[in-house]
Amino acid sequence: MPEPDTAVLANRAGIIAALRQAAPDAVIDDPAETRVYECDALSAYRCAPLAVVLPRSTEEVSVVLATCHRLGVPVVPRGAGTSLAGGSMPTADAVVIGLARMNKVLEIAPEDRLVRVQTGRTNLSVTTAVEGQGFFFAPDPSSQLACAIGGNIAMNSGGAHCLKYGVTTNNLLGVRLVLMDGTIVDLGGPSGEGPSLDLLGVVCGAEGQLGIVTEATLRILPKPAGARPVLVAFDSSETAGACVAAIIRSGVLPVAIEFMDGPCIAATEAHSGAGYPDCEALLIIEVEGSDPEIDEQLGLIRAVAQSFDPIEFRESQSEDESRRIWLGRKSAFGAMGQLGDYICLDGTIPVSSLPVVLAEIGVLSKRYGLAVANVFHAGDGNMHPLILYDANTPGELDKAEALGADILRLCVRAGGCLTGEHGVGIEKRDLMREQYSSADLEAQMRVKDVFDPGWLLNAAKVFPLDLSAERKRVARLGVHHAS
Amino acid sequence: MRPESEAELAALIRQAERPLSITGGATRHQPGEGQGLRLDMTGLQGVTLFEPAALTLVVRAGTSLASVEKMLADEGQMLGFEPACHPGSTIGGVFATNSSGPRRIQLGAARDALLGVRFVDGNGEIISNGGRVMKNVTGYDLVKLMAGSRGRLGALTELSLRTAPVPPASCTLTLPALDAIGAIAALTTALGSPLDVSGAGWLPGAGALLRIEGLSGSVQTRAAELTRLLSGFGEVHVLDSDPWQQLRNGPQNGEGDLWRIVCRPSEAPALLAALPAPEMMDWGGGLILLRLPAGELPELPKFWGHARRVSGAAPAVLPAPDPVTARLEAGLRQRFDPRGIFAGAE
Repeated sequence: MPEPDTAVLANRAGIIAALRQAAPDAVIDDPAETRVYECDALSAYRCAPLAVVLPRSTEEVSVVLATCHRLGVPVVPRGAGTSLAGGSMPTADAVVIGLARMNKVLEIAPEDRLVRVQTGRTNLSVTTAVEGQGFFFAPDPSSQLACAIGGNIAMNSGGAHCLKYGVTTNNLLGVRLVLMDGTIVDLGGPSGEGPSLDLLGVVCGAEGQLGIVTEATLRILPKPAGARPVLVAFDSSETAGACVAAIIRSGVLPVAIEFMDGPCIAATEAHSGAGYPDCEALLIIEVEGSDPEIDEQLGLIRAVAQSFDPIEFRESQSEDESRRIWLGRKSAFGAMGQLGDYICLDGTIPVSSLPVVLAEIGVLSKRYGLAVANVFHAGDGNMHPLILYDANTPGELDKAEALGADILRLCVRAGGCLTGEHGVGIEKRDLMREQYSSADLEAQMRVKDVFDPGWLLNAAKVFPLDLSAERKRVARLGVHHAS
Repeated sequence: MRPESEAELAALIRQAERPLSITGGATRHQPGEGQGLRLDMTGLQGVTLFEPAALTLVVRAGTSLASVEKMLADEGQMLGFEPACHPGSTIGGVFATNSSGPRRIQLGAARDALLGVRFVDGNGEIISNGGRVMKNVTGYDLVKLMAGSRGRLGALTELSLRTAPVPPASCTLTLPALDAIGAIAALTTALGSPLDVSGAGWLPGAGALLRIEGLSGSVQTRAAELTRLLSGFGEVHVLDSDPWQQLRNGPQNGEGDLWRIVCRPSEAPALLAALPAPEMMDWGGGLILLRLPAGELPELPKFWGHARRVSGAAPAVLPAPDPVTARLEAGLRQRFDPRGIFAGAE
């Protein structure tokens, strides 16, 4: 992380006093309490912030940001702190602005198929708010019980069902955004379309660097009549990968296609005993609709799968069987945790490259002498290789990180990308050059220059530090000079 | 000027001394656009990659839309968002204008199908963003920013996009008795049901229109359920002809100025009551197209959305963009095109 700004650290008392004036009863500065905010779910990296503010309204966010802007204080926005990429990890000179208190539903409009919420609200509770009217909010990150909509927007979160429903950006119609200088602006429109440039589109996924989103208008969809999964087992990962491509090619669009390889299946069986078959790879494919519609889709999927000679094609016949088919997949990460420490990667590849990438990961795994298990959203190519290592063996974390970087490079070479849903954060910022040229990164940083000319908002994330260092230095000089 | 490659385009832009109008088939110009020196993009042609099994197409911007659609159709695929297609239209123009037809309510707009872009900015720099996978959160999403930007930030050279399978069966229901205002409630009811409606529009004479697509058994079942659901709104018929092409391509040329209004369906009745009868309505009432006498501005009640004049002499957007948005947009244009080379975009 960059060195903290000494001028800011020296002015700590002044800054806290100004924050208290801006947002009475919302400021936390006791070091014992700010430590709670020293990391997010990427807990290997920690740093307590200078202070934490938990505002209750957009107006309060605006006043707090304007105060930080005036005093040249870096700000780190935080939803529920579930980022896996260090997206809301603070620096010692930063004020964390947490959205936890802003969790109201502002409007439910089933006739317009939208809901408006404050962005501290959790993902799953958006669906809870609208399901009585027969609707749901589609993006379903695995952390949906805990993660906040604000974080979903910052990271453009996805989930298992986005093969059919898309990710956050495809389900976001509008936002109320507070810029670093405190200015409040509404972006988007009732269909997601504003009158000119798609600023909403670039705010979503900008990892909280362009402004703090305090309200979101979300697209909601009518709940399908039902859903049913099948489990298809294969004797090789390559065949399973080829089957995924053939299903997509066949024209039927499942809501989810999940993939687990041998090591992962073994671990989850030991952990949760879901009763998976003994195989090298399996797919969980889920389709939706009324019963006859589900039967029709599954008939087509069965025909495609049979041509790949599966070990087993297990179609759920009951709620309980559906639950058991999903049980192993849903407990996979916990199961792997019991085997030891692991790093979870998040690269995405074109589905057609699945067999070759899986084989290459096997080669890399042997070369580094570290086991890798694979569980991922096969329908959209978003892989989560889990690298197992022993944190107590000196040097092993470094080795695991090096292997992880090699696997991500492999994803990019295969035509994919470094991160499909977790974000860049601090975790992958130094790998950004693997995917983008200097001109590509410069173009992205220009957007930051426009929204946050002082580079105060979550600025240590996303871009390689050396690339952004000079413009940050110039920008900060300007800010300090102005104050 | 008609560059044949991205490098040639970049050199042309670097050397340009006055505003250029980036043009594909010139089928989507709005009032005020296309007045600079013509930069013809149709030299940048051809498909770079087509993987039907991954629902992925990478194509150069100047490629004709008709040829792209033909190639996809041969593989049983399509552009799910149903862009307007006129003779000469290019795929670059589709994304530069975010052209999105009836199926937008189900599969999203053009911008939602766009996975990656290559473009040349106003400095003549070649920039790439996104990629060819549907999940990608590596850095900022300039893909969305470029979609619908109408050439204001750069000239698109290559697009990577998600295709969709052509549904095996389709059925269109109509409620011919409904006028535009009366249609809104029926369309809203249909879209609020779990029947997965893929088109919800209105045309004069044809009334409210609803489309169900998918596997054939499922289409029959859902069409029957939808007919029952809508029985309270009047007689429901199965339509033999395909009205969606007309909704997709928009009204024919006619007298006066064409206006395009994007709104909440729940606010559409009040808007419609304040305006002359529309030429068509789509997205369950969220999109209204109507004609006003040349040069006239509509008097609109306060609503969430915007109205834009899309034909005629002078540009107009109501309500006027707010000053903060305008400042942010001006800032972006200044940084991507500091010399104002793309000022010919408007």
